[in-house]
Amino acid sequence: MKREIWKGSEAIAEAAIRAGCRCFFGYPITPQNEIPEYMSLHMPQSGGVFVQAESELAAVNMVYGAAASGVRAMTSSSSPGVSLKQEGISYLAACQLPAVIVNVMRGGPGLGSIQPAQGDYFQATRGGGNGDYRTVVLAPANIQEAVDLTQEAFDIADQYRNPVVLLADGLIGQMMEPIVWKERTPRQLPEKTWAACGRGDRDHNNFITSLLIDAPSCEAHNLVLARKTAEMEKNECRWEEILLDDAEVIFVAYGTPSRVAQTAAENLRRQGVKAGVFRPVTLWPFPYARLKEIASRETARVFLDVEMSLGQMLDDVNLAVAERKPVRFYGRCGGAIPHVSEVEQAALEAWKEVK
Amino acid sequence: MTVLERFPHRLTLVTGHYGTGKTEFSVNLALALAGEGERAALADLDIVNPYFRSRERRELLEGAGVRLIAAAQALADADVPALPAELHALLENRAIRGVLDIGGDPSGARVLARYRPRILKEDHQLLYVVNASRPEVRTAEQSAACLRAIEAVTGLRCTGLVNNTHLCGETSPETVREGAALAEEVSRLTGVPVVCHAAEARFRDRLRDLDPFPLELRMKKPWE
Repeated sequence: MKREIWKGSEAIAEAAIRAGCRCFFGYPITPQNEIPEYMSLHMPQSGGVFVQAESELAAVNMVYGAAASGVRAMTSSSSPGVSLKQEGISYLAACQLPAVIVNVMRGGPGLGSIQPAQGDYFQATRGGGNGDYRTVVLAPANIQEAVDLTQEAFDIADQYRNPVVLLADGLIGQMMEPIVWKERTPRQLPEKTWAACGRGDRDHNNFITSLLIDAPSCEAHNLVLARKTAEMEKNECRWEEILLDDAEVIFVAYGTPSRVAQTAAENLRRQGVKAGVFRPVTLWPFPYARLKEIASRETARVFLDVEMSLGQMLDDVNLAVAERKPVRFYGRCGGAIPHVSEVEQAALEAWKEVK
Repeated sequence: MTVLERFPHRLTLVTGHYGTGKTEFSVNLALALAGEGERAALADLDIVNPYFRSRERRELLEGAGVRLIAAAQALADADVPALPAELHALLENRAIRGVLDIGGDPSGARVLARYRPRILKEDHQLLYVVNASRPEVRTAEQSAACLRAIEAVTGLRCTGLVNNTHLCGETSPETVREGAALAEEVSRLTGVPVVCHAAEARFRDRLRDLDPFPLELRMKKPWE
């Protein structure tokens, strides 16, 4: 297979088209403008629809409309823009509509900076909109994975009838790496008998609404969503283990910091410190069970959570490690990327504490 | 062949499709010129990309004696298409050799249109970077169309092609050769000559016949 170099954002856009996405609605914001730009040229060529909406809110509600008709639909934005989409994501989840939302994160809070960050972890993993719902959150650490997870995101969304978030930091969106376009086997997916795409021969109308004004009905509906949440938690958890088998110092990191941590771990091993990286690929569901197992190993001495935010994933790491071993933290924020030497230093300090 | 013999014009304008490696080539060229004792300046005129811009290598460039001309620090990450006023110094001072690192595609190259009258008065070359690993310009037809579109928005003629085909960390001499073939084909379609093949210095021996312009990778990712 021919290897090509792709920029993260362009690769995500092309992967979506290849996964059968036929509607893209977006609004420009740095650092993900290559996604709408790429879509504006290539989506119409693929027989799909591209609309630059008048706002992020309009874009996510267009996704709602397209998804309700049974079409694979996507929107993308960056941090402040994704905040604006939260109402729409809550409505998508409430109405059990499959859709993919891409967030190429930049520095926050507020308008923040245009440099890469990971400050939207809480928003993405806890559900930034109102009500009881969760979205699967996929966090690529390289461009090949960004491609694979984008395609997977559409299948997951359709399988559970739930919005899926692809959470990349700005560097993943902007950097270039070689990839191949693999043949993929799509999941066996249920037919979209619920779609509001014209009554045709059906003996009933399909209604899509999130308004359940009668409290018992609303509660019953929430419990339906909760059963799906449990299914997603059971089936969709992913992670990667790097140099972890004998590791005593264990980095936990996703996206760009996981790449920095991997280089740091390799450097530390050359200095005789057995370091490794635990990389959650799904941030929700978070791989609690596996991390707990690793924390229970005798070899595991100390954990170092590395983020481009000030300790958001740290909550989940602490829940998993549950005081079996000490958990330390190193983070940069606002658009700063942790340097390999800083991460190495933080690891050495953590190591000295437990040695 | 010295760098100056290879690139004899006072101003070198580096254009191309997104992600073809214009910045890596520009940074290396400016450093190589300074290495030969030239008074060299690098102008970062990229108004398209938010990251991986030559201005991020200020310390390296200035340390090597290359004057970096870039938007004011206050505007460095402002996400506005601001151009440095200092560029006029480079355009007008004939004692300086300049490399102009231009943003990708016709959208990025548009910045040159404004300086066209001045550029036409100067000894200049407009280079177009060819990269066979980039999906949207991997055929000669696509690459030539991008070149022509850049000429159309800038009002300048392209004078040379640079083959800068790579696959980041997975580049091999064969990658460069694949690009050489594409560059020849683009040259045949457009009549623009291939002026050089850029390749990492470690491949020099295995690409001797192409006499490559040697690159040291300067635009690395934070973990490399």
